[in-house]
Amino acid sequence: MPLNILAVDDSQTMRDMLVLALAGAEFNVTLAENGLQGIHALQKMNPNVIITDINMPVLDGFGFIERVRKGDKLRAVPILILTTESAPELKQRARNAGATGWIVKPFDKVKLISAIRKVAA
Amino acid sequence: MDTMDEIKQTFFQECEDLLAELENGLLMVNEGYGDSETVNSIFRAVHSIKGGAGAFGLDELVDFAHAFESILDEVRCDRLETTGEVLKVLLQSTDVLADLVQAARVGEKCNTERTQFLVKELNLLASIPSNKETVDTQRPQEAIDENGLDFQPVAIDLDTCTDGDASSLPSKKIFEIAFTPKPSLYSSGNESALILRELSQLGDRKIECDISRIPTLDAIDPEGAYLSWFIKLETDADEPAIREVFEFVEGECDLTINHVTTSPLTEEGVVPEAQIERQEQREVVEGRSPVETENQPTQTNSKVLTAPKADEQPDRRTSGSPATIRVSLERLDRLLNLVGELVINQSMIAQYTLVPGEASGSAVSAKLDEVEQLTREIQDCAMTIRAQPVKSLFQRMSRIVREGAASTGKSVHLITEGEATEIDKIVIERLTDPLMHMIRNAVDHGLETPDKRLEKGKPEQGTIRLSAAHRSGRIVIHVSDDGAGINRERVKQIAIDKGLIPEDAQLTDAQIDSLLFMPGFSTATEISNMSGRGVGMDVVKQAIHALGGRVSLVSRPDHGSTFTINLPLTLAVLDGMVAQVSGQTIVVPLSAIIETLQPKPHDIHGLGSTARVLSIRGEFLPIIDLGHELGYCEDQQDPLKGVVLSVETHEGNRCALLVDSIQDQRQVVIKSLEDNYGSVPGIAAATILGNGCISLILDVDSVVNRRAAA
Repeated sequence: MPLNILAVDDSQTMRDMLVLALAGAEFNVTLAENGLQGIHALQKMNPNVIITDINMPVLDGFGFIERVRKGDKLRAVPILILTTESAPELKQRARNAGATGWIVKPFDKVKLISAIRKVAA
Repeated sequence: MDTMDEIKQTFFQECEDLLAELENGLLMVNEGYGDSETVNSIFRAVHSIKGGAGAFGLDELVDFAHAFESILDEVRCDRLETTGEVLKVLLQSTDVLADLVQAARVGEKCNTERTQFLVKELNLLASIPSNKETVDTQRPQEAIDENGLDFQPVAIDLDTCTDGDASSLPSKKIFEIAFTPKPSLYSSGNESALILRELSQLGDRKIECDISRIPTLDAIDPEGAYLSWFIKLETDADEPAIREVFEFVEGECDLTINHVTTSPLTEEGVVPEAQIERQEQREVVEGRSPVETENQPTQTNSKVLTAPKADEQPDRRTSGSPATIRVSLERLDRLLNLVGELVINQSMIAQYTLVPGEASGSAVSAKLDEVEQLTREIQDCAMTIRAQPVKSLFQRMSRIVREGAASTGKSVHLITEGEATEIDKIVIERLTDPLMHMIRNAVDHGLETPDKRLEKGKPEQGTIRLSAAHRSGRIVIHVSDDGAGINRERVKQIAIDKGLIPEDAQLTDAQIDSLLFMPGFSTATEISNMSGRGVGMDVVKQAIHALGGRVSLVSRPDHGSTFTINLPLTLAVLDGMVAQVSGQTIVVPLSAIIETLQPKPHDIHGLGSTARVLSIRGEFLPIIDLGHELGYCEDQQDPLKGVVLSVETHEGNRCALLVDSIQDQRQVVIKSLEDNYGSVPGIAAATILGNGCISLILDVDSVVNRRAAA
């Protein structure tokens, strides 16, 4: 069974990179451009892993994760934040919001997939 | 182009939008309109550029964007007030960022001096001590020193946890790991089973599960964490690699890792992976009461479906930007072409239905009228897709003004009007350089120094006004300044000195002004770094002519100068005059035509055996018989029987083109001949007229210049 991934990022470049890295038999990638679109996407899918950017318009990554965790359906789904930051306080904030782990940009395919494998059941 | 290159192109396109958003946001803050969302969008723009740049290894860009972003973060968190001084640095940083993006795009080095200077300025604003963040050892140290930056992107090295680093540590080591998750570990979506699974990949392990803390069923908290694990791991990896496995759950569990030197694990001591998973499953089943698990799905539905919706609407409204989609120009051109064909076919059908003797108001022709209306609308729509507001173009000019003001010590205020006016994307692109040059000129030569302005009783700050508007199917752009106006005596003297005009030439003001557009004319006594870049107004004029446009100048001493650029709406369609030439139909671009007239006998004068000239208001224009010139007929036609089109080339050469008659004035869709056939002297392109006839579009410049050369 391929893993369903929801990737949320406002940058077209990043979305393209994610699709490029994850495209293949192993992953089904669904894309969203911001947190709110992500919430909408979740009403139609059941991801195995969610990957989200933090700095986004409309609804940012923190808000998105909080909302996902509020619903019982996805309270245990692994959520990886995708960020250029390596600041500990940012990770802590994301963790408080309910993030499972993080991927530091720039990522390569191997790193990305191992991070997903690390949290995906 | 491979996929990665394509993504890179997307990135650069995205950068353009982001830079515009950034500059626009900063200008809004500058003018006092900026709110917290403006600041957020400014921050996001720089952040996204940094993120993408990192993906493509554009280190210079990443480093600068990071320094920039750090300051914006300070602004965002209200730790730094956006005073005029701060905004100046931010705007300059925007310029540098744009330069770095452009340099990365073309694969060149950027002006490092300026970059470094601004990094220092930015760091000064932040007063952040250097080397605050972790330094990635893979990056060369020189790069850090060179840029004076304290940021290095830190990449997690997950390779070490999958492979184990065998080369550095050849001998196997044994670790004893005690792992006790806290409830928060599970609530963040982590799973102890997965962590144990990953740990197993580092080497042979023996895992024991401690179930002693599991309470009785009635005391169980479904969200609680009651299991602990004790792991004995024999591995090549070292402690950091093991800690890496627990990276995401640091602080959400009690973890102790001890390096021990006891005997290796025995075969029997190893717990099969399946067993670990079973233990984990048991914990999950035991950890939640059946009642809870049954109830949750219904709650889920109500929460997820209804709760977020309540506050979605305001979010959407504040987001403001309309949804957009990127389409390649090629596809749009194809659409436009097809619509053009549709228009032609439609009018051909309309002509077939006009059967002689039949009433024109038949049901078919009435329906055809509707179809015509619809096709015209589709055509208009297709054309507007290519159009973009000039806002992005105007925004770039604010930078030019800023730079100009800074380097000349003048105080300049730029006013832009009609930013929403839409022009063809290609026109916008090709207009950038000429417009930049004109703005530079206005700041550099047009406006006086503050002292001189005060002397003349003008406000110290000079004003440059940039406006765009639609006017009768064309775009009119004005660039005006309230400076000294054209110094006509000096302009004339320079033209005489350079041998462009004879010493005794009697010129009107307008003629003197037009000297500025002559090739080889440059008024700057010393070449300033602003406008003196070896490009004169003649190049500006050429560029605008190449777009099918015209540029003119009006100037009043001490009141300033106004340059007016008149452009077609699009390059795909041309305004043309449809003329009959020796039984052929020719389209002459309207932009080249000055006037049309029917010559009288006393206007025509012979010159030599065959040449004739037309006298028009004291000026003599050579007459070119178009039919003869294009080879449609052997003999020259009698000028008195035809119509004369007075035309002007880009260089300002005038001629009288003789045609049989004028049929119509209309917009025609330009079809390239060169792509399908080859270059034909005197012919610019072709088009299909409403009646289905193919017609050639005249290349006025080539016809006139060919005659001039002959």
